[in-house]
Parts: sequence; structure tokens; C-alpha cells
Amino acid sequence: EKMGRDRSGCVARSALLTALALLLCCPVAGNTAEQDSHTEHGDSHGSNDTGFHIVTFRWEHVQAPYVIALWILVASLGKIVFHLSEKVTTVVPESALLIVLGLILGGIVWAADHTASFTLTPTVFFFYLLPPIVLDAGYFMPNRHFFGNLGTILMYAVIGTIWNAATTGLSLYGVSKTKIMGNLDAGLLEFLLFGSLIAAVDPVAVLAVFEEVHVNEMLFIIVFGESLLNDAVTVVLYNVFKSFVEVGPENVEGLDYFKGIVSFFVVSLGGTAVGIIFAFILSLITRFTKHVRVIEPGFVFIISYLSYLTAEMLSLSAILAITFCGICCQKYVKANLCEQSITTVRYAMKMLASGAETIIFMFLGISAVNTEIWTWNTAFILLTLVFISFYRVIGVVLQTWILNHYRVVQLEIIDQVVMSYGGLRGAVAFALVVLLDPKMPVKKLFVSTTIIVVYFTVIIQGLTIKPLVNWLKVKRSQHKEPLLNEKLHGRAFDHILSAIEDISGQIGHNYLRDKWTNFDRKYLSKIMMRKSAQISRDKILSVFRELNLKDAISYVSEGERKGSLAFIRSSSDVNVDFTGPRHSVVDSSVSAVLRESTSEVCLDMQAIENRTKSPKDREEIVTHHMLQQHLYKPRKRYRLNYSRHKLVRSDGEKQDKEIFQRTMKKRLEHFKPTKLGNNYTTKFRNMKKERAAKKKHSDAVPNGKLSTHSVAFQVKDSEAEDPSDGGISFLITPASNESDEIRAGIENPSFSVEEDQSDFQMIPPWMSNEETVIPSQRARLQIPGSPTNFRRLTPLQLSSRSIDSFLLADIPDEHPLSFLPESSM
Amino acid sequence: PFAPLSTIQDKLSRLALFFSREDFQRIGELAVNPLGDRIINAFFPDDKQSLDFRSFIRILACFRPTVKDKYADPNAAEPINSRSNKLRFAFQLYDQDRDGIISRGELIQVLRMMLEAQVTEDQLESITDRTIQEADLDGDGAISFEEFRKSLENINLEHKMSIRFLQ
Repeated sequence: EKMGRDRSGCVARSALLTALALLLCCPVAGNTAEQDSHTEHGDSHGSNDTGFHIVTFRWEHVQAPYVIALWILVASLGKIVFHLSEKVTTVVPESALLIVLGLILGGIVWAADHTASFTLTPTVFFFYLLPPIVLDAGYFMPNRHFFGNLGTILMYAVIGTIWNAATTGLSLYGVSKTKIMGNLDAGLLEFLLFGSLIAAVDPVAVLAVFEEVHVNEMLFIIVFGESLLNDAVTVVLYNVFKSFVEVGPENVEGLDYFKGIVSFFVVSLGGTAVGIIFAFILSLITRFTKHVRVIEPGFVFIISYLSYLTAEMLSLSAILAITFCGICCQKYVKANLCEQSITTVRYAMKMLASGAETIIFMFLGISAVNTEIWTWNTAFILLTLVFISFYRVIGVVLQTWILNHYRVVQLEIIDQVVMSYGGLRGAVAFALVVLLDPKMPVKKLFVSTTIIVVYFTVIIQGLTIKPLVNWLKVKRSQHKEPLLNEKLHGRAFDHILSAIEDISGQIGHNYLRDKWTNFDRKYLSKIMMRKSAQISRDKILSVFRELNLKDAISYVSEGERKGSLAFIRSSSDVNVDFTGPRHSVVDSSVSAVLRESTSEVCLDMQAIENRTKSPKDREEIVTHHMLQQHLYKPRKRYRLNYSRHKLVRSDGEKQDKEIFQRTMKKRLEHFKPTKLGNNYTTKFRNMKKERAAKKKHSDAVPNGKLSTHSVAFQVKDSEAEDPSDGGISFLITPASNESDEIRAGIENPSFSVEEDQSDFQMIPPWMSNEETVIPSQRARLQIPGSPTNFRRLTPLQLSSRSIDSFLLADIPDEHPLSFLPESSM
Repeated sequence: PFAPLSTIQDKLSRLALFFSREDFQRIGELAVNPLGDRIINAFFPDDKQSLDFRSFIRILACFRPTVKDKYADPNAAEPINSRSNKLRFAFQLYDQDRDGIISRGELIQVLRMMLEAQVTEDQLESITDRTIQEADLDGDGAISFEEFRKSLENINLEHKMSIRFLQ
């Protein structure tokens, strides 16, 4: 094992070196190409008279897009290089690494050329790099938590930012009066302007860092939401002070102040409104895209981008617009689009956002290497750093104290620490400062200071936040060693509480949410969701068995589609090994156990890893560890899974799947003794019948392997002729020659599989005398892979109504149920 | 066209008369809650098939946050949402046969439900044994309600077993 590690270490190291070398060559190549082209051009000019050239080097022809593509490539290569070394990425946040990379590259370009040819221009930043990131944030925003904490978020975003801006600006102004910083040609307004642009917490930076530090979802939402919503405040303050500065302090009238306040409301509410309008348009459009599925994803991006640009055009808050566009369209888009389109949208969005973020940080590094912008003023820079940190802490503490009076779930000290420390400034501040009027004498100073501030927060704070949190967490937990019982029963309580919450359907203030859900149900969904999605949402409510079967069917078909028929065919694979990397903990040494238990930093106090200093017992540790590792997590803890860089299927899915299987197995057991005929059929409604009737049989078996022996069972309502009351068709599709193996592969003690099964598939259940339920494949087997579809079974984040979330996740038209044959009824 | 059976929320809003087991089983989140089925059984004790609103509320009331009332009459009946009653609710989830103690077998069952599938039988049993050992004060190999309560005296039950909206 050690040898292997060494070898892979060697490989990694050599790969790192070659990659670095490559990276460094690219910009030089780019630059020399530029120079070459000049000479080349000169040459070709001279030799132009001699005739036709077979091949020419036409650099200027491709220069612009080539350079852009090259930089994107370099940034992405940089990411690969970083991730080659696991150790580095766990300690240093990626954003910091990218900045450093940018610095190096900038240095190289500078050394080669003595010009700073590449900088992060505000145009590029605001028009191309920022929208994908914010859209990604909005689209994946867990709405329930967001709106649940909206008051808190708004307070921090608005009041907090104003507080930060005002105090920082005023303090700097005050200090500047004392001449510590030398003679600065700046008045109160300039300082306030600076304060306003440096005060805002940056969504890009916050996300980049918080991804490494796994905080509990509420905290994440608050900080993240704050960083998004403070854009309105920043925009207003910035524009107001900027115009004041340009006009000159003498000319500012009282009316202008008033106008400034009004503009805040206009900008923020206007931006939100624009976003909502475009979300509406988007949802409406996606309702009709059934026949143009291939370009469906495009609509999402284009319309969201348009919302951004429209708000920008109207000088409203563009970030708010695109954020709310993403937030509001989520639900309908996910209901309307076909599954592949949804996946495409997700991946594309992640790719764009991740790419944009990489480029931003890299350019933040490169832009710094530019002698023209640097003015060093130690006192100013230091004081700025001190002030922003200090005032942020005070601001957070004060606001939290006020908010805790009104909040259901209190914000504790640790949360406040993370919030203060996690208030990072980033590229937005930089872009804003570069946009300042060059005629302003202090602009250079501001730019330099902003760069230093951004670097400080991203690099230093990003680096240290994880250890800080770790330290705090450990400090808190040293008070007591949770007992086994406490852990176990504590976790049980969590489960109980989530269950009760789900049953009562309410968490916290819900009057508004209920009203909204009703309104949405009655009006909005009717307009914006496809008919099929609505129908499936309404009718399926009937019986949980339907859900089970549907889910089972969809699962099987997913399995088929993915070609993972292995689980049907091979009996040996049926009992799938769920074990992850850790197989048996029992015989590992104490130190190994302790080392392994250094899992992700988690601020949630209850999920603390028990770092016992004096283990009573090796077995004790092992038991604790095992409990820690293997207890199912309650709903709240694992749900939030926002990550810019990964579209991971959370562990929660695997857990859900296991529990779900078990639950359904148990519930289906209830069926065993009941006679199929009446009980079964009377409860069924036909929701898929029309759809099934439409689909051709050939659609049924995508991978073509099971074409011959698909059998449909239709459970008819034996009593009534009611067409809408027909059976639910579900399909068990064994290949005929595999039937032996199938039977062998299905091990389920709860269900008796009859011996005379040569034709058992051919007999519809209501005709067979046996009292069996044909259980869904999933209920019978342990499944190898979890389908991405499974996530849609319980996407809590979609809706507060539990059933809705089941069904919204549910299968639109084009879904796997297409394998159902024409109705032969 | 028939009216679809309504959800629990709908019923709540209309103060409908009866819930059935299916209403609960239909809730998606309960299906993926490890203790989901047991909790449903807590609402429908003794194989009852329907649940009237009053009983439903009585069980929910157990989850109200407790209010420390200094002036409470010490002789008054213990409120439904007292700490003791919250613990009792949980205890009853474990204790399926209602004999007042959590036997080893019962604890194994609960642990089986709460632990991931990859935990083996042996590991399960060892965890169970240690858990009982930790809590068992009178050495009878099972956990009585008093022992249960004692082992959890440090847990902040208010936080863990209360739903604020019920206040």
C-alpha cells in the first residue's frame, strides 16, 4: 500500500511539474505570438508580391477569440493541476490558489512584455463572468430555507451593508483628518464611496470558501443570501456617492439625499420585479417546449441572461434580477422540462459558474501585476483592513442580538463568528473600484487598497476559516463527552422531530407559506406547468401503493435504460455490497480510527466527532465511531448540498434509498395476506392509461435487449366500467431466456415466489389464485446503483407540501413510463 | 370524477374527522425517515385504523415547547408537553411490547432501523450491548424508563423535541 502511494505520489508530482510547465508556456506563447505576428506581417507584406501563399500565419485574424480561449484553457488547466494534490486542496481554498496562479502568470507576462495586457475589465466581469455565477446561485437556491430566513437575510444584507459602508467610510474620513495617512486629496464623499464599495460581502468569494467549510444549512443560507441581496444596497450607494463625487460636494442638495433613499427601494424592488417577470416568461415558455426538447436548456440560460441585461439597462439591480429569476423559475422549469434537459441545465450551469469563478480569481491575480495602478499607503491599507473586520464583527453581533428576539432558531456565538469571519470581499468590489472615474486623484490608492483587501480576505481568511472553525468546534465539544446513549437517542429525537414536522407540515411561520402554496396551486401552476405535470400532481395523490409501484417502475426502467440490467441478470450480484471505503472499523487501530474521524468540519454541534483524549476502551471508541459513522442522518443535516464545483449525489440519497426500500418492503408485506382482486383494484386509479396508450411499444425498451417479452399487467377495476378508473399498468420485463436467472436472482423472503412459474409472468394477477403481489423490482432487490431519478422522490427543497414534493419530482410525459405498451384494455 | 383523497394538511385545514394510516404513509418524508413507520404506529396505537382529530392533537401537543412557569401549581396535573412526557413518547417508540422496559431485542430493532445497511449483525449487537451497559443502572440487562430518563439528563430536550409553532 505504501508502495502504491509512493508511486502515485511520483506520478502526481511529475504530472504537476509538466502541467505547470505547460501552463507557464501558454501566456508566453500568447505574447510571443503577438510579437511574431508583427514581424510575420512585415515579412508577408514584403513577399506579398511574389504570389499566392499556401499557408499563412494570420494571428490578428484569430487574436481576440484565441486569447480568450487560451486564458480559459489555462484557468481550467490550473484547476486540474491543483486537484492533483489532495493535501493542498484541503488546506488551501481553490480561490486562493487561483489568485496565486494569476499572480504568477501576470508576473510572467510582465517579465516578457513589460505591459499588463490582460486585466479584469469591469465590462467583461459584469456582463459575462458574474451572471452565470449568480444564476447558478439562484437556480439551486433551496427556496424553503431561503424564504424561511428571508427576514434575517434582508436585515443583514440591507442594514448590515449600510452599517459597514457608513462606519468604514466615516472612520477612514475621520482618520484621514488626523493626517496619519498623509495628505490624501479626498473628502468625506470619496471616503463614503470607498466605504460603500468595500463593504459588500461578495457572493463569489463567499461561496468559494464556504464550500470547503461545511456549515449547517441555515448559516450557509444566511451568509449566502446576504451576499446576494446586498447587491441592491451596494449598487445604490455606489451610484449615489459616485454621482455626488462627480458633481462635487458643494452641489449636493438635500433633495439628492432623499432621491438616494428612494432609489434604493426602486432599484431593489425593481430588480426583483424584473427577475420575477422573466421567471414567469421562462416558465410559460418551457410549458410549450415539448416538441423542441433539444433546445429547452437554452431557454433557461437566454431568458435569465436577458433578465440580467434588462435590469442593467434600466439601471436596476441586475444581480437581484437574475437571482430571483433563478429562484422563481426553479420549480416550474423542473416540472416542465424533460429529464434530460433538466440534467443538461444543471450541468451546464455548474460548468459556466465554475468556469466563470475560476477565471475571475485568476484574473484577480493577473490584474494586480500592473505598476500603473499601484499606490502604496501603509496606513490607509492597514486601517481599511482593521475597520472592515472590526465593524463587521460589531455589526453582526448587534444585528444578531436584535434578530434573536424574533427568530425561532437562535443564532449562536459560533454562527456569529463564522458570519463575521466569512464576510469576504471579492471581485465585485474590485470591478467597482476600477470603474471609478480615472480623474479622481485617489482612485489609484483605492484600487490598490481594494486589491489588498480582496487578497487578504480571500487568501488569509479563506485559509484560516477552516482551522478556526475546527478549533471552536473542538473547544465547544470538550465540555462533555456525549454518551453513547445520548448520541443514539439524540439522533432518534431528531428523526422523531422531523417526522412530526413533516406530519404537521409546518415549520415555523407558515401562514404566508400556506397562502403562497394555495395561490401557487390554484393559479400559477395552472398557467406555468405543463398539463401532464399538473395532472400527475393531482391524481396521484390517491394511494401510497401507487407511488411505490410507479417509483419501482421508473426505477426499473431507469436501470434498463442505463443498461444496468446486471442486477436482474446475475444472481450473484444481487446482494450488493454497500460498503464504502471503510469496511470494518472494528479491527483498526485507535490511531487510525482517530485519524479517520477527522471528517469534514461541521458546525452542527450535534454531529461532533468525538475526539476523546483519553479513551476508556478501544472498543468504546470503536463503538462511538461506528455510531457516528453509520447512524442515519436526520433530514435537516444532509439536505443542503450546494456546491459550485460538484454535482454530487449526496449521501442522503443513498440513505433515503435504503430507508425507503426497507419501509416499502414492510408496507408491502401488509399486502401479502390480502386477496389481490378487490383490495388491489378498487384502490387504483388510472393515471397513466392515456399516456401509456399513446406510447409505442418500441419506445419501451430503450436498450433493445428486452424487446421480445415485455408483458403488461393491467389491474382492472373488476367492478365498474369506469374508464377513468382503469387499472394501473405496470410492467415487469424479464427477457424470456433470462427468466430462470431472474427467479434465482430475486431473493426476497417476504414474498413467496411460486414454483409453477413457467408462465407466471403471463398471468395477470387478478386471475391467478395465488395471493401474491408482484412486487416492484426495487422492493425485491438491493439495487446496485442509485438512479439520479431517485433524488426526485423526495426533493424536500421544492415544496413545503410533502406530497407535492413527491410529485413535482414526478415523471413528466417523456419519462421511462414510456415503456408501457399500448393499452390492451 | 371523484375527489382525490386529501392530504393531512387539507384535512387539518378543514378539521376533517378522521385520519387513516394511509394518510400518514403517503407522506414522502416519512418513508425516508428511519423511524417513520414507528411514529405512524404511535399515532395509531393498538392497531387502530382511524385517528380522530383530538387524539392527533393530543400527540402533537406533546411537542410544544415547555414553558418554565415558576408560579405553576405544583399539584396540578403534569402538562402534556413536560419533559417527562416527551421522553415517554420516545420511550414508547422503542418499547413496542409496552412492558415498560426496552429490552435488548427491542433496542437491536431500533438500532437496525437507525443504522446504515452496511453495519453487520455483530457490530449491531456490540453497539446494543454497550448502549445498554452504559444506561443500565440496576443491572437487569434492559433499560427502564427511569434509566432512560437518567441517561438523557444532559440533553437539551427543549431544543430537540419541540416545535415552535405550536406555542
